[in-house]
Amino acid sequence: MQKLGDFKLPPFFNYPPYFTLQPVRDTREKQIQLWKDLILDYCKTQKIFIIGLEEEFPLFSNHVIERSLTHEAREAFLSALVSEGRAEWLDKGRRKCLILWHRIQEWADIIVNFVKDNALEDGGVVTVEEIRSGIESRGTELHCLDRTILMRALKLLEHKGKLAIFKGTSADDEGSKESAAKPCNRDSIRNNFHFCWAVVGMEL
Amino acid sequence: MAGDHLPLAELTSSGRPVLLPSEIECSFLSNVELESENSANFSVRLKSGLLILTTHRLIWLPPNPVPPGSKGCYVPLAAVSHIVSKKSMKSMFASPRLSFQVSVGPDGRVDTKSLVRGSRSIVMTAVMRGKGDVDSFVAKFWENWRGRAWERDNEELGSSSSVKSGHESGSGSGGFDSTGMRMVGVAGILRREQEIWESTDKSLHDAFQDLNALMSKAKEMVMLAEKMRLKLLSGSSQAGAANNEEMGSKEEMQDWLLSVGIISPVTKESAGALYHQQLSRQLADFVKFPLERSGGMINLIDIYCLFNRARGTELISPEDLLRACSLWDKFDVPVMLRKFDSGVMVIQNKSYRDEEVFARIKTLVTKPDTLRMGISASDAALTLGIAPAMAKEHLLTAESQGLLCRDVSPDGFRFYVNLFPEIISDDLYVVQHHGVYAMWNTIVSSA
Repeated sequence: MQKLGDFKLPPFFNYPPYFTLQPVRDTREKQIQLWKDLILDYCKTQKIFIIGLEEEFPLFSNHVIERSLTHEAREAFLSALVSEGRAEWLDKGRRKCLILWHRIQEWADIIVNFVKDNALEDGGVVTVEEIRSGIESRGTELHCLDRTILMRALKLLEHKGKLAIFKGTSADDEGSKESAAKPCNRDSIRNNFHFCWAVVGMEL
Repeated sequence: MAGDHLPLAELTSSGRPVLLPSEIECSFLSNVELESENSANFSVRLKSGLLILTTHRLIWLPPNPVPPGSKGCYVPLAAVSHIVSKKSMKSMFASPRLSFQVSVGPDGRVDTKSLVRGSRSIVMTAVMRGKGDVDSFVAKFWENWRGRAWERDNEELGSSSSVKSGHESGSGSGGFDSTGMRMVGVAGILRREQEIWESTDKSLHDAFQDLNALMSKAKEMVMLAEKMRLKLLSGSSQAGAANNEEMGSKEEMQDWLLSVGIISPVTKESAGALYHQQLSRQLADFVKFPLERSGGMINLIDIYCLFNRARGTELISPEDLLRACSLWDKFDVPVMLRKFDSGVMVIQNKSYRDEEVFARIKTLVTKPDTLRMGISASDAALTLGIAPAMAKEHLLTAESQGLLCRDVSPDGFRFYVNLFPEIISDDLYVVQHHGVYAMWNTIVSSA
């Protein structure tokens, strides 16, 4: 079986028409479906969060059969992902696409579990960096998570009242924690929800 | 019944009259009633039909739609003994009437033979109830009747046989020609050839001088072409095995003959308002042979060229052609016009079915080579034996039916068999044991 790095490619990856955007509706729908699944699979295993349309993306070319997706085709497949809610355009010009191989809600759930597993106390403070690159995060899906996605997930949780986000004042780690312990209405929060903790981030 | 008295007119499958060897159509009138004066054992009453004047006959065709049991019939001009009407037909109140006297045999039938038997005469009248240029029709009627084209035919039949016997006697007894010159030996043969060439040359020269004369010479032209063909045929058989060049020129000659095959083009002048109808029918007849040769479907542009080439003069415009094709819906003809999504228009037999071509394409596209490499339009054209433009249309149609997929790359525009339906969405890595996908996978993996 053919590989792209350590990613196993499916057999139809060598089928030349796979790389030409099909005009016939039924055929095209199937083609789009296959590309959507393949893109999500690839990004998940390779931990890719952003695809730039004008850059070289290994999945969009097959050197064995000498075929590449045209810009139009790439846009078509990524737009299909966006419509399904599995991706978002980062700019109006549609040059960069954020890939959500986990939806934001799923990331939020993963963060909640992460907190539980690592027994962060109620009312505890944690930095954004700790979530994505701290010791506890290694080996989890959160490791090296794209900041944009992380912030969106955190905001979602904040919206649901599970945490509060604060802005840190300096780059100093230790210092930021303490100075960041701003007063918040902990009592009201504690009374209403399971746990709460404050999250501090440097770039917000 | 009219059939008892008048001979029946033979028709083609598109409803056009089958013409005699040198017969040419001259004028048409619609909505004409043909009747005879009341008489003991001869009564004809044919209502609202199409009256066609040719160099040899007056043909009456039943109207469209055809009333049951009614058939086309004709009056040979040879049987017309006298034309009764005045030359000017305009009348304020009644429809114009054209009367003529026809010889009828003792059996009550009209045909050319009855003249000889010295029979009685019946007056027939054509009542022109439709719109149309009656005066010009009548003028041509007089002209054709006086022209006596049928007698010229008989003469020529007689003269060509006498020419043959003349030649035979010349070569047999070492004789003399009409001017008393010795026609003996090689010199004689050469001289005879020379004379034939000169007369042919003069004939061609006259023909091209005057277009009217060309119309009457048209028959001679066709005979000339026929002679050339026979010469070619005899020439190649004498040489023994025909080499490629001769075969090529023989093929060319046949093509040219086909294209000069029509002596009597339907023109705006002769058909007037019925021009498009008659053109439509003539086109339907013409198109049969090219359709057969190209496998049941032919490009409209090709037919435009072929048809105009055959007509020689009085060319038709593309709009005329289109209108003639669209009129086919109204008649019961075995051909139809078809427009593809890409805009290409073709003429095809009504019995033509796409499925046959699709089956052939499917077979072609599932061979080991084509599974791996796909096919281009020219590959398909070669294998299917059709024009590349037609092949591409077929491939595109097959694609729209889900049979093929396209592959566009710097290598060109190719088609592969459509494997997408066989790929399972739930597990991208699985290939089922049976099916074209499996076949493809085996071939590609082994490369």
